[in-house]
Amino acid sequence: MTVLTEIAESLQRGEDDRVGHLVRDAIEQQVPALDILNNALLAGMSVIGEQFRLREIFLPDVLLAARAMYAGLDLLKPLLARDGVPRAGRVVLGSVQGDLHDIGKNLVGIMLEGAGFEVIDLGSDVPAKRFVDAAEAHGASVIGVSALLTTTMPVMKAVVELVRARGLNGRLSVIVGGAPVSDAWAREIGADGYGYDAANAVERVRALVK
Amino acid sequence: MTTHMRNLLDRLKAGDVIVGDGAWGTLLMARGLKPGEPPETVNLTRSEVLEEIARQYLDAGAEIVTTNTFGGSPARLRQYGLDGQTEAVNRAAVEAVRRAVGDRAYVSASVGPCGHLLKPYGDADPADIAAGFERQIRALGASGVDLICIETMTDLTEAALAVRAARAAAPDVPVMATMTFDKTCRGFFTVMGVSIEQAVRGLTEAGADILGSNCGNGIEIMIDIARQFRACSDRPIAIQSNAGLPEQRGAALVYPEEPDFMAAKAATLLELGVSLIGGCCGTSPEHIRALRRVVDQRTTVL
Repeated sequence: MTVLTEIAESLQRGEDDRVGHLVRDAIEQQVPALDILNNALLAGMSVIGEQFRLREIFLPDVLLAARAMYAGLDLLKPLLARDGVPRAGRVVLGSVQGDLHDIGKNLVGIMLEGAGFEVIDLGSDVPAKRFVDAAEAHGASVIGVSALLTTTMPVMKAVVELVRARGLNGRLSVIVGGAPVSDAWAREIGADGYGYDAANAVERVRALVK
Repeated sequence: MTTHMRNLLDRLKAGDVIVGDGAWGTLLMARGLKPGEPPETVNLTRSEVLEEIARQYLDAGAEIVTTNTFGGSPARLRQYGLDGQTEAVNRAAVEAVRRAVGDRAYVSASVGPCGHLLKPYGDADPADIAAGFERQIRALGASGVDLICIETMTDLTEAALAVRAARAAAPDVPVMATMTFDKTCRGFFTVMGVSIEQAVRGLTEAGADILGSNCGNGIEIMIDIARQFRACSDRPIAIQSNAGLPEQRGAALVYPEEPDFMAAKAATLLELGVSLIGGCCGTSPEHIRALRRVVDQRTTVL
């Protein structure tokens, strides 16, 4: 078994310490960082994503695998930056104002990182202005807004309006998601997309950055 | 407490059907609770609002009225800097409902999730969370509740911690525990991957007297869930469904399931042997009135 396969399988078992050690080994063996990213970490997360989609595994397994992914990704990030490796895209993510529910949003972040995107996670309780400020500061091309409560959904509309008011539409897309959110709501507020679950959100973001 | 009230569990086991209440959050918002504001603050600042809602549900025919303490565990209150007032928050909620219903309804103490993932999936230490549930439930029990209602749980470990905390902190009070399931391509599971069979086993072992499901994706799905509960448990089953998932109607967000629709489906739940029936998010006193009618009709037929 190559070290890359070993990392991918270890990641799927949620072994964060071991993934860290193995990635360090691979770096020392001069395996290119992009190779480790694509053929070990992202390959492992892709299996996790598919198993989750089929509900062969559940949120706890995804969270453990994600922790292992981050253990490896944290080591690779400086190398990827040094080598000037282009990532799939940059996404600013957060749960809207007054929303402390962030499991769904975290899951989207995990799946996006697992698909090769750079994610700037603003956490929960994020007001509209901070989403757009962060997207501008980081040069992101997509903002992902999550809400779990119907009462906080209007903030999504405020994000879309602020993007337009600053003349960023066309360069900066807004995608929305969360339990009470629907495709109809996304269209109503003029968002660029709606992800009905984490895997679907990744597909939509992929389409938006093309 | 009157004689008939002392026998909540006996009544359920004898085949009585008991009607619970509906949503509180939407009614609190209609009375000025702002988005993002923790609902439990009302307990300390405007308890007369709680009395008003409790009376509405009582008048609609609810025999169980819930306290506004879903987020009353110290872990949850800490997010708003209110954990130091855990006892006061919980006591005030019980006292307000009791003032409104007297001995005409059971007072059910709501206990929701702590709001954190337990280790190793998150940062919460199970021992801390258990101690927090005990603290909340001790305050609820000492204020004189008739039922502890542990609800909207998705993690079986956390749900079991809460049930055990209830057994320890309020040993004489019956405990109901309900979890929230999603329909997946492989059947019903909570978001944390708990099946109905596992829920029944874990909650029963922890000492819950009444089992079931609340919240969720509408009452039709609850029929399948109730059927599975019945197949693997002989304890009383409680179902408190959302009025569907909210939909966009013009500028407003609306829970789609009308009282008559829910009542028609509730008849099937009763046939399956569900003995405690009420509502969750999006249900109103009108929904409870409709459920009451269905339950009364059934009693008349018998």
